Amino acid sequence: MPETTVNVSTQNTKRINPQLENFKTMWRKLKTNRVAMAGGILILFFILVSFIGPLLTSLDPNSPDVSSRLQSPSSEHWFGTDNHGRDIFTRIIHGMSITLYIGFSSVAIGMVVGVFIGIMAGYYGKRTDAILMRIMDVFLAFPGILLALGIVAVLGGSINNVIIAIAIFSIPVFARIVRGSTLSVKKLEYIDAVRALGASDARIIFRHILPNILSPIIVQATLRVATAVLTASGLSFLGLGAQPPTPEWGAMLAAGRNYMWEYPHIALFPGLAIVAVVLAFNLFGDGVRDALDPKIKS
Amino acid sequence: MFVYTIRRLIQTIPVIIGVTLVVFLMMHLIPGDPAQIMAGERADEVQVEQMRDRLGLNDPYYVQYASFISNAVQGDLGNSVRSGRAVSSEIGARFWVTVELAFYSTLLSIFIGLIAGIVSATRRNSLLDMFIMIFALFGLSMPNFWLGLMLIQYFALRIDWLPVSGWGSPEQLLLPVITLGTAGAAIIARMTRSSMLEVIHQDYIRTARAKGVPERYVIYKHALRNALIPVVTVVGLQFGVLLGGAVLTETVFAINGLGRFVVEAIRMRDFPIVQGSVLVLAMLFVFVNFLVDLSYRVLNKRIELD
Repeated sequence: MPETTVNVSTQNTKRINPQLENFKTMWRKLKTNRVAMAGGILILFFILVSFIGPLLTSLDPNSPDVSSRLQSPSSEHWFGTDNHGRDIFTRIIHGMSITLYIGFSSVAIGMVVGVFIGIMAGYYGKRTDAILMRIMDVFLAFPGILLALGIVAVLGGSINNVIIAIAIFSIPVFARIVRGSTLSVKKLEYIDAVRALGASDARIIFRHILPNILSPIIVQATLRVATAVLTASGLSFLGLGAQPPTPEWGAMLAAGRNYMWEYPHIALFPGLAIVAVVLAFNLFGDGVRDALDPKIKS
Repeated sequence: MFVYTIRRLIQTIPVIIGVTLVVFLMMHLIPGDPAQIMAGERADEVQVEQMRDRLGLNDPYYVQYASFISNAVQGDLGNSVRSGRAVSSEIGARFWVTVELAFYSTLLSIFIGLIAGIVSATRRNSLLDMFIMIFALFGLSMPNFWLGLMLIQYFALRIDWLPVSGWGSPEQLLLPVITLGTAGAAIIARMTRSSMLEVIHQDYIRTARAKGVPERYVIYKHALRNALIPVVTVVGLQFGVLLGGAVLTETVFAINGLGRFVVEAIRMRDFPIVQGSVLVLAMLFVFVNFLVDLSYRVLNKRIELD
């Protein structure tokens, strides 16, 4: 159940922006949740690394250096070098922006489309609901990564196609959750009141329903970024996503696979990087859910 | 129950039709000319035309879809454009490997997940609970292909206990099943814990305790049974995730299953094989979801009768 703060009376009299109020309440609750804060700080740190990191590294992530092939971690090469002599630490830092770019943009697209479909289905009900949700069921019938895999198979392997694939793969998840929340908010009396006052459907949806179902959307979006990062690295690992020499972590694992038996560091660090990012989003998502879900408070 | 089964069965029909439609359209959504792509870049016009003919791409869409369906129902999923062999027999040879892998991994994740979840819930906020939950969070955040590589690295190469790859003998099963089952175990552990905690706080549990029912009995007979209901749904979903995840695990361990087969077919641009495999895996998942819904219903029913 989403949290429902009713702002009808205040809206016209005191000019309080209901969306802003919602965010303020959310933030207050979030601040006290240590898990969420830990995850959030980690995410901010990773975003910072993705912007500033590449400026601070002196080595080139992609140009091979045969003289320093397959070196173990040292003070010169913190994470060692790969089979082309490239510094793995540098490559991981440069890969951060790719990972976050795929994670954020695929979830953003999937979220916008999924939220739209979910609200349409929940708000208009009846036939609209039946048709939209049956279509969503079809997408959910493809197990796990398989839908994304199929889409990439059709479109061809590249970072942008991975984003499209993961976005489509996320749409039904958002649609389902948003539909459910919309249904429960729609039943509230104040929505009837607003409608009686002559508000249009669009106004009701954007001003009154959407702000009230933000919590589950935010929680899902955060957790979904974690899934997106895992899926994207998996696709790249299979050779169907980012192509070499792009320093994408899944692709790095795939490329280093043949050398990892003798040089374990090649496969260790890109994997740890994936774990760190996914963990941060899972932590944040867990925390946000606990903070925003009124059911858990007791 | 019978009526419910029938009604639920009817509900799967539009989903099945939708899935076949999506799989059918895969070939037509390829940017560019699918016949050209599958015939290869160096193919001349005659070869492309032959390929187009072979794939039936000259017919109108509805004719193509109708024949795709009627062939699929008869077990004919077309032929590989590379080897020429029947897709259905190629899939048949690998299908059970993937099902076995997903099944054992699901079993493992249920076993570990349930135990960990119950222990965590009954010793809430203890050190053990914290340890299990941190472990679960890591399990959830690890890419399974990386876990597989690390397990091979240690157990197969460093200490040489288990084989690096393959499928069949019990030793060969162990690493892939752990690889694929870990994330599932983590999810089930978390679900079981939160579901148990929710149930434990309910009135009838307090009543049972007040009546003097032994704690062990309260936990296993009353709490667990009700806590299991949401867990069953997760297990069903998890099986699907594992079917998908098998693609990666099979690649890491060089297991000759359907997952690795799909990936190879995608690389070779052998679309009949991709279509056939995706269709079979999706159908299997629809069927599993159907079974999960039925068992969910059975569990719920029993509670109503209590």
